[in-house]
Amino acid sequence: MLYREVGQYKTSYGADQALFPILQDRIGIAVILLLAFVGVPLTASSFTIDSILIPVLVLSLAATGLNLLTGYTGLLSLGTGGFMGVGAFACYKLTTFFPNVNIIVLILCSGFFAAAIGTVFGLPSLRIKGFYLAVATLAAQFFLSWCFIRVAWLYNYNVSASIEVPTKTLFGLAVTGPTASPVTRYLIVLSIVALLTLMAANLVRGRIGRTWMAVRDMDLAAELIGIRLYQTKLLAFAVSSFYCGVAGAMMVFLWLGNAESESFNINQSFLILFMVIIGGLGSLLGSFLGAALIWGLPIVLRAAPAFFGVSIRSATAEQASFVIVGALIIFFLIVEPRGLARLWQIGKQKLRVWPFPY
Amino acid sequence: MTHLLYSIFVDPFVQMGAAPDLLAQTLWEGLVSGVLYALIALGFVLIFKASGVFNFAQGIMVVFSALTLVGLNEHGVPAYLALALTVVVMLVLAFAVERVILRPLVNQPDIILFMATFGLTYFLIGLGELIFGGDPKVMISDQLRLPGGSYRIPMLGGYVQMQKIDIAATVIASLMVAALAIMFNRTRIGRALRAVADSHKAALSVGISLEQIWVIVWFAAGIVAIATGIMWGARSNVSFALEIIALKALPVLILGGFTSIPGAIIGGIIIGVGEKIGEFYWGPLLGSGIESWLAYVIALVFLLFRPQGLFGERIIERL
Repeated sequence: MLYREVGQYKTSYGADQALFPILQDRIGIAVILLLAFVGVPLTASSFTIDSILIPVLVLSLAATGLNLLTGYTGLLSLGTGGFMGVGAFACYKLTTFFPNVNIIVLILCSGFFAAAIGTVFGLPSLRIKGFYLAVATLAAQFFLSWCFIRVAWLYNYNVSASIEVPTKTLFGLAVTGPTASPVTRYLIVLSIVALLTLMAANLVRGRIGRTWMAVRDMDLAAELIGIRLYQTKLLAFAVSSFYCGVAGAMMVFLWLGNAESESFNINQSFLILFMVIIGGLGSLLGSFLGAALIWGLPIVLRAAPAFFGVSIRSATAEQASFVIVGALIIFFLIVEPRGLARLWQIGKQKLRVWPFPY
Repeated sequence: MTHLLYSIFVDPFVQMGAAPDLLAQTLWEGLVSGVLYALIALGFVLIFKASGVFNFAQGIMVVFSALTLVGLNEHGVPAYLALALTVVVMLVLAFAVERVILRPLVNQPDIILFMATFGLTYFLIGLGELIFGGDPKVMISDQLRLPGGSYRIPMLGGYVQMQKIDIAATVIASLMVAALAIMFNRTRIGRALRAVADSHKAALSVGISLEQIWVIVWFAAGIVAIATGIMWGARSNVSFALEIIALKALPVLILGGFTSIPGAIIGGIIIGVGEKIGEFYWGPLLGSGIESWLAYVIALVFLLFRPQGLFGERIIERL
């Protein structure tokens, strides 16, 4: 009922190829953006912004990056954490070399460094695929993790082997560092994520995205219709790593405020992969839903005992949340292996035909 | 420049020649850690062969079984009874995995099953900590009558130190591989396992019960996990840090091929020896700690030349 698109005629090719062809979708996305840009800064507490909204947005961007590679091109990667780290450390080095350049420019530039590294580690992807490729990307993950610890140049020979974010300003407002307010950081993260997501949405429905999907569905057939496998796969690695790198830079500069190699270890890679698969492979919306679920679930589980007036030790709650998260992952996979995005699609279809079942 | 080249290509070999006993010691240590990697890899191979599932939970199964064994013993259960009970726990786990995870997810893409074993990993980590606590525990080597101490063998003008537990681990690993190889190639169950590995549908149509086979392989992987857990636990501690070591089984799998039992052992030994030699002779050049990624790089280089591993079946894809 809500989704009745009857009467919305498309009279031009432009209208037919629009990003949101249905009026209800356009209204929906406008409402969401309005809420995110205006509603949240006015109402949400700084705790909510700092520990829920910013992390979910940053992780969504990383998940989007991995989704471009794994969901759209079909290349399984376990090096996401490493590529995020490249972005973060590149951004840190850039701020030391160019202290006067706008920080947002630097964050976006650091993505290119991640893209370059990602392309190098994507080289084996032409010869190997599937789980073999996953192990090859593990090499990237462990090698990069090792570099973040051993190459002291990366963190400016800091004794604590971690990077401290300097305070940077934009239009006289502190954007990064300890004095920046959560709302400012939130708005910047939101803008970057919104922009890059729009880019990704246009990328995947255009020529490049279609070549990626062709390679995913059957690489031999894709090669036969004239798609160059090597370029396509490497481009996927580059774009994916770019997104991960920007996410990593934002994670350090706009969310955590400091970072060490631990933040970009193998567990981070697995976490992002979780988000992509629970959210839905090959769906940008899925990246956001997956990130929200995987990040939100432990927070909800930790808050739940207090909410019901039961007091348990924090260690026990932590362990119990592990058990529950594990069980829920299995549950979600059994209920809908194609992820949350698929559930949303089914729901949309139901809304479209309501009150009839078909 | 020449100095650098010298220290990369010449100096390590000079060192090897100068102190052959040290080389022998490094080789032995590499061999032992390789055998232990191979034991973990063996669990992976068993499950991959029979159900096509890339079982990420093998590492945590190792930790979980060792924790169960030690935890039960701490509660006053005699060591051998605790061992028997651990075997029962792994059997229950195998049934549960088959019923709760594999059966509803049959015919899904590989990556979904892979993710499901991830969920299982989280579940077992939480459960293990909830029941037995998160602190590292000491393996009950004495109660299990595992040999302690070490031999000093004079060799090549020096001494090579060999822990008795390492020798025991090597022997047990070899026995296990032999037993599994016989089971796969000679017994009825083994033939059924291989049939399932080739084609689920064809196996079903000749009357092989998929459910039964899956329980058997997961149980077998559980037994391998117990043996691995005891051996690893006796060398270091029983803690969740072992899980990271389990990731080392992945390059081993790549070297040996995902479906080959002897491949797992030989791959394990190559990785173990390569890693120890690399760390000992070339590590100082790069500032040590290269052990953490050397195995993966060895595997990566290897992959470029032989994508299906040493003994893996050639991957044939049809249009």
